Amino acid sequence: MELLLMLLAVFALAALAPLLYSFTRGNTGWLLAIFPFMLTAYLLLNIPQTMTGHSVQFDWMWIHGLDIHLAFYLDGLSLIFSILVTGIGGLILLFTGQYLGNAGLIGRFYSYLLLFMGSMLGLLWASDLITLFVFWELTSISSYLLIGYNHEDEQSRRAALQALLITAGGGLLLLAGFLLLAQIGGSFSFHILRSSGRSIQHHALYPLILILILFGAFTKSAQFPFHFWLPNAMKAPTPVSAFLHSATMVKAGIYLLARLNPVLGQTELWHMLISTTGAVTMLMGAILAIRQVDLKKILAYSTISALGTLVLLMGLDTKAAFKAALVFLLVHSFYKGALFMITGAIDHSTGSRDIRHLSNLKKSMPMLSVSLILASFSLAGLPPLLGFISKELVYEAKLQAPNAAWLITSFGVLANMLMVALAATIVLRPVFSGKSGVAVKHPPSAFLLVGPIILSALGLVVGLYPQMIAASLLEPALIAIQAEVTTIKLALWHGVNPVLLLSLLTFLGGVIIYILTRLYPDHFKKPLLSQVMKADTMYDDALDKFLKLAKQITLFIQHGNLRYYLFVTLLTISGLLLFYLLTEQMAITLPVLAEIRVSDMTLLVLILLSALMMVLTGSRILAIVALGVIGYAVALIFFSYGAPDLAMTQFSIETLSIIVFVLVLRKLPKFSRLSGRLSKTRDAFIALLLGGIITVISFLVMHQQPTKEASTFFTENSYTAAKGKNIVNVILVDFRALDTLGEITVLAIAAIGIVGMLKLKNQKGTSSP
Amino acid sequence: MIISILIIPLLGGIILLLSSKRPRWHFTVNFLVSSASLIAAVIVLTQTVSGRILTLQIGNWPAPFGITLVADLLSSVMVLLTAIIGWAVAIYANKYVNAHQAGEGFFALMQLMLFGIYGAFLTGDMFNLYVWFEVLLIASFSLMTLGSTSRQTEGAFKYVLLNLVASAFFLVGIGLLYGVAGTLNMADLARKAAMMENTIVLQTVALIFMVSFGIKAAVFPLYFWLPASYHTAPIPVAAIFAGLLTKVGVYALIRVFSLIFIHDTNFTHTILLIVAGLTMLSGVIGAAAQNDFRRILSFHIISQIGYMIMGLALFTPLAVAGAVFYIIHHIIVKSNLFLIAGIVERIHGSFDVSRLGDVYKKWPLLALLFFIPAFSLAGIPPLSGFWAKLTVIKAGLDIRQFAIVFVALGVGLLTIFSMTKIWAQVFWKEQPITKEHRNTGNNPVWMELIPVAFLALLTIIIGLLAGPVFEISNRAAEQLLNHKPYIEAVLGGGR
Repeated sequence: MELLLMLLAVFALAALAPLLYSFTRGNTGWLLAIFPFMLTAYLLLNIPQTMTGHSVQFDWMWIHGLDIHLAFYLDGLSLIFSILVTGIGGLILLFTGQYLGNAGLIGRFYSYLLLFMGSMLGLLWASDLITLFVFWELTSISSYLLIGYNHEDEQSRRAALQALLITAGGGLLLLAGFLLLAQIGGSFSFHILRSSGRSIQHHALYPLILILILFGAFTKSAQFPFHFWLPNAMKAPTPVSAFLHSATMVKAGIYLLARLNPVLGQTELWHMLISTTGAVTMLMGAILAIRQVDLKKILAYSTISALGTLVLLMGLDTKAAFKAALVFLLVHSFYKGALFMITGAIDHSTGSRDIRHLSNLKKSMPMLSVSLILASFSLAGLPPLLGFISKELVYEAKLQAPNAAWLITSFGVLANMLMVALAATIVLRPVFSGKSGVAVKHPPSAFLLVGPIILSALGLVVGLYPQMIAASLLEPALIAIQAEVTTIKLALWHGVNPVLLLSLLTFLGGVIIYILTRLYPDHFKKPLLSQVMKADTMYDDALDKFLKLAKQITLFIQHGNLRYYLFVTLLTISGLLLFYLLTEQMAITLPVLAEIRVSDMTLLVLILLSALMMVLTGSRILAIVALGVIGYAVALIFFSYGAPDLAMTQFSIETLSIIVFVLVLRKLPKFSRLSGRLSKTRDAFIALLLGGIITVISFLVMHQQPTKEASTFFTENSYTAAKGKNIVNVILVDFRALDTLGEITVLAIAAIGIVGMLKLKNQKGTSSP
Repeated sequence: MIISILIIPLLGGIILLLSSKRPRWHFTVNFLVSSASLIAAVIVLTQTVSGRILTLQIGNWPAPFGITLVADLLSSVMVLLTAIIGWAVAIYANKYVNAHQAGEGFFALMQLMLFGIYGAFLTGDMFNLYVWFEVLLIASFSLMTLGSTSRQTEGAFKYVLLNLVASAFFLVGIGLLYGVAGTLNMADLARKAAMMENTIVLQTVALIFMVSFGIKAAVFPLYFWLPASYHTAPIPVAAIFAGLLTKVGVYALIRVFSLIFIHDTNFTHTILLIVAGLTMLSGVIGAAAQNDFRRILSFHIISQIGYMIMGLALFTPLAVAGAVFYIIHHIIVKSNLFLIAGIVERIHGSFDVSRLGDVYKKWPLLALLFFIPAFSLAGIPPLSGFWAKLTVIKAGLDIRQFAIVFVALGVGLLTIFSMTKIWAQVFWKEQPITKEHRNTGNNPVWMELIPVAFLALLTIIIGLLAGPVFEISNRAAEQLLNHKPYIEAVLGGGR
């Protein structure tokens, strides 16, 4: 229950944020930050409970008929992620208050930020697939609103849409995967799915399910080839980039893989698909990162690389890999959150994020420089920071990989070398170079510094005392994934072993790469990996092509020509009926001619001739008369088959309509034939086709002898019960009076409509001649 | 109780016709009548929600000889939705219907159109359904043309002509049906169709009805009239059309293809499935090609009809429940979006999204009120559209109909694209300043925001409390697939 209440509180706060902002203005940020910090405290207090394996639970039947629950639980895995969300979230709120100042629609910005926080927590706490999916989509939506925060900038709108389409597209496939998974596994609940993992993996649909779910995870976590939305998402204000697009939301895909590992993991397909994607993304992100000059872009691409590493570790699917992934998750969130906020603070103070223009920050912003150095050391994986420990663990996991260990390790070493070079790039020149760069307009204020300093200091403190997270956070999380109790030992020094040698190699390689980038800067600007870079333009092309195609198709279908609309409609019904009649084996026997009476034959000929005349004549009057003749002939048929009252009704209606027609005809313009020979032939063909088909069906009807209950009932009761001699009249006014009421209404409405139309036309005519 | 559903709008229409010409009076009477309808509809639903089927033999002539009105759960739900939309529009219309239109019977026509819609949902007789179709067709045509320009009349003409073709087919089908079954009472038809040995003619009638109702429901390739006409009608009218008119066609399809024509579902429902896929696809593609607020929305109606037909075509209990849920969701959301388009036009003087902008900055509440139905339509959880989509997609996956499921998912993504297009162009973008176009200087007023907010609130409630709504849809589907109670309720248990 408390989990639900906390979520509701976050969402309530999100709804109230704009109102609060209108009262508290500049103080809103830190006021709002109080609540996430309280949540962090709550989560930390829950550590002892999760250490013993108990989890906090909430369960409410959402849709009984589908067995969908709104269900939450807090175990070791969700705990570690949610501490990051609330903790970093709080720091981001502190930061935002200063960073955005009082410009724009800040109240709404806070709303969306809190909406995101709540959605992320819901996603992490969910113990039901659909509950998870609901919040998964909500994070996409809040991300959309936040990327598009500068809504009048077209580039922001484009980036927001791109991120939404990619993640929501993946989300739809994810949903399909979840639905199939639940059908096979028998439940939406993780608890139950976990116990039926084996049978799911042997099911014929397992590959499809896995692929669908991976689409969801990979799009969200910006894996190749869906990575391109993430750098574009940097159009968002920096707090958003720090919070959503590096520290938390993009990790949702990783979380999902970890969460579903007990259900879907430990198969060849899992290893192959996930490690390959992760390895490619890891290296590609690193290579692209080194080629950027905008600090935010550098960080964005290095985030892609980090996400690739995490995905790779999920794919390795060993205990060592999960351990490494959990530590790397923490350290990455610490240093990346810090680096983004530092970037924001620098941007806020100097107005630039271009590393070529930044210099001598050690003088102008000493505190910020210290935390920049600490965070970068963590990024580079240097001791004594937590980044070092995590890098060692990652190497260890890669060396122990079940398949292609050396290939994976060399990919990893290369990517980490690039990280070292990257750390050097963002630290050396901007901090230590004495050259004059862009001027510092105003030094960053305390609120801008709090976040970066805390996060970078965490990297150092935890690096020095790593054992503090081992038993409290990592072990419960590992139990949640692997379901077996393990003790984790973390230390900076492991003695001389292959991993340490790899670390040394990485450092040396990184330094060499850095020197190369300084010596031959132009070489690194060349369009390398151009195909990969093109993913973004391919997205634009695809969108363009789709819109063009959509226009063409729509113009083809909805062209505005009524005649063709009719043509298609009649062709559709003819085609359907013809198709059916041709596939059906049946005997159509024409009525024997001898059975037809002479009088019927005469009437039939009369009707046919009149119909022909009506179509062929060039005079409207003649056509109307011919139509009238058909009507009278039909009435005569009624008469000859013993329904005089029906015939009388038909006579009067025919007479009336002919009179009305003739009266109206005088007002019409001269009759002219506009159709060419071809279209006339075509129209004749369709008319004959449809008419022929209906005739055939009518013959078929004559073979069936339905019960005559209704007519018998009407005949028997019309005089005795309804007190009327004319059966047609009795049917109209009594047996089926409701029909008549309806038809009277139709006439009344037509009259009102015509009067209204004419009157309003006249008024218009007088007012504007 | 059923009869009150029909009597209230009929009497209301008559009173409005006969009363004075002051617009204020028309508005008040119309509001009172709509409120009464809403109350009656709620009462009917409370009586049928437990699974009871209400019937009324008109004139006390026993079925199948007289006309029977039947309110099962599906009918009651449709009636309630109609009443909700009628009520919301009754408030909203105050700002949009000018004195002349009111004087010339605008509100009377509206009530009579609702009369026709209610009748169509309640009747248990095939020919009577035809009559209701006529009532609502002529009423909608009159409303469309009331005080219209010649361009609007052109759209209305296409609308009425193609719908008359549908009516003609319907009538032919009725004739043939009577020829083979000797009855037009739906329950009686269900009974007789199930016993029929030679079903060839029955099947042709099924196809004729499929086309006829298909035109009314605006499915591929029969929907031409809808994009040609909906954007020409006055906004309050367009909102009712958008929510309800095509749904009468969908309702009729669901009714006859679950009650009467089920002897060869392999054939009929496969056609429906193909039609469903093409309908959603061509609708959403059409929407992508539009630049007019209302035209985008109009094409989306078509696209979403596809999802409903998909539910019917899959024809499992879950799928039919999904179709019903989809209808509930769609009617409320779609009418609301048209109402919002009207407000935006009244403020900014255009429906052309490339000329609009700034709404997000200037009118946050309006932006929020658009966001809810728009993203519900796009299927974003936890709003109503998500559950609707989830149900039909799950139904498809459960019986491994992967092709239609992936079409539905793809269309879902394109729907998101369309809704964000409106959001980005109309709400986020800065309004371009052009010579020929300037803002009207109007502000949104409560009279138009209240009904919009009411419908948006319903969207949220349906989303958050999806359980009960799904339960109702599920029960309605059960009633549709299990004919015995329906037949017994209409014809009496003894037969």
